[in-house]
Amino acid sequence: MRGGGRIALGVWTVGVIAFLWLPILIILTYAFNGSVLQTWPIESWTLHWFHAAWNDREARSSLWLSVKVALLATAVALVLGTAASFAIHRFRFFGRESFSFVLLLPLALPGIITGMALNSFFYFGGLGFSIWTIVIGHATFCVVVVYNNVLARLRRTSPSLVEASMDLGADGWQTFRLVIWPVLSTALVAGGLLAFALSFDEVIVTTFTAGAQQTLPIYILSNIQRGQQLPIVNAVVFVVVALTVIPVIVSQRLTQDSGLLRRR
Amino acid sequence: MSELAQPGAPLRSARLRLSAALWRRPWLKVTLLLALPAIAFLLVYLGALVALFISAFWQVDAFTGKVVHVWTTENFHSLIHDQVYRRIALRTIGMAAAVTVTDAVLAFPLAFFMARVAPPRMRTLLFVLVLLPLWTSYLVRIYSWRLILAKNGALNWLLNGIGLPDAGLAYTNKAMWIVFSYVWLPFMILPIYASLERIPDSYLEASADLGGRGWRTFRSVILPLALPGIVAGSIFTFSLTLGDFITPLLVGGAGSSFIGNVVENFIGVNGNIPFAAAFATVPLIVMAVYLVIAKRLGAFEAL
Repeated sequence: MRGGGRIALGVWTVGVIAFLWLPILIILTYAFNGSVLQTWPIESWTLHWFHAAWNDREARSSLWLSVKVALLATAVALVLGTAASFAIHRFRFFGRESFSFVLLLPLALPGIITGMALNSFFYFGGLGFSIWTIVIGHATFCVVVVYNNVLARLRRTSPSLVEASMDLGADGWQTFRLVIWPVLSTALVAGGLLAFALSFDEVIVTTFTAGAQQTLPIYILSNIQRGQQLPIVNAVVFVVVALTVIPVIVSQRLTQDSGLLRRR
Repeated sequence: MSELAQPGAPLRSARLRLSAALWRRPWLKVTLLLALPAIAFLLVYLGALVALFISAFWQVDAFTGKVVHVWTTENFHSLIHDQVYRRIALRTIGMAAAVTVTDAVLAFPLAFFMARVAPPRMRTLLFVLVLLPLWTSYLVRIYSWRLILAKNGALNWLLNGIGLPDAGLAYTNKAMWIVFSYVWLPFMILPIYASLERIPDSYLEASADLGGRGWRTFRSVILPLALPGIVAGSIFTFSLTLGDFITPLLVGGAGSSFIGNVVENFIGVNGNIPFAAAFATVPLIVMAVYLVIAKRLGAFEAL
């Protein structure tokens, strides 16, 4: 390509990256805003709001609920996602294509559909809303992330490794422990971290599957809407961003994949 | 591997027999592996979608406020004939289309630069720079725009600084358009990048050898090969916009309601699940049609 075209593309790239990052940097700086008014530019700086957020009972209990939900949803996703990826990878069976398509649906369909569908399912099924309904809601879309990560790893692993292990006299459990697990472990950790991050800041499905429970994103949303306690919310937001970005960076390191949308 | 050299233990021989039995009967293994995810997904997820469909045909008794389990198309009737709901549905779908086009335009040159111009190290850096915002809480990113676009926000500060008047974007449909395009942009960049990266250099050389100039090569070689990536990205931008209600809530104005807002209201405040379910089938049907078209265009390979 000619030089002019390259420069134009480069300028465009810088512009779009700036567009992606400026709002994130701006919201992070608001956490240190000394004033209770959310105006720009920020005139005085403080660390006080982190302290205040930590001592805020509502913020703390919703943080705790979010962590619990994310851990449980991740656990469910790890079991179901791994089992599904093994079945899809190893075997050809009736309905295989449709099954892998159904797994993708919770991510491809709009959040209100998943949320609304589960809501009417729980309602007419007579299940009261609780932490478990939130976990079920989150697990439906977390499964895909684990499934994608594990499947990608399985596809890059030679099946002859397993056959060799069997030929050498290992039983299924030994093969799993000594051959499959070392190959898969980082993919599982990566998938699990992404599932955690995904669950941790989910709002839409949560509003439809939570009763009186308040996860951290729901806490943030309702306070923004009512314009209450915004300085504390800003500090919480800072923590949320840190808590979701760190797992993603770690999982990126572990797989060198993009996780959700992976390079082949 | 010393464990493999200890024959004789009864537990071990039992395990070996079990392994052999499973190896000889692959169907048993599939069933065991599939049982949990299949039951979970067929029962809960597909079951829920069916429940959604069925409850859309029920109604709420106007006096008691209880759901009446009588088959009726009343909900769909009022959806189609009520001006308000039609306008909201069209606004939602129109916004989804506008956001998809905007993101495709913003994303393509960047993805092209990443895939075909940038040296490997810069490519990795750009990849991370695109990926991290995707995983940063989207609620937080919408909230940020609420502050940026506000009267005393960063945008007006910048405009006033260079001598321009206030933008006046706060709580408008234009604000929603900007914010939606912003939030879903990485979902468009990554699949386009993946599809561009896969084009072998030899194709471009062949096109040049056959006399194809820059523009011709772009139109006849690069664009058709990138199309599945664009369509794959558009599934996300379109679907996510269609199902959102947070953006209208936080940066939209009085006339900015989306399908999602109505659904949420009917669940919460009005307690009319059947009507909410009926309205939620609209994005479901739109997405079903969209996914069928996308599959035809080969987008699923590019996902």
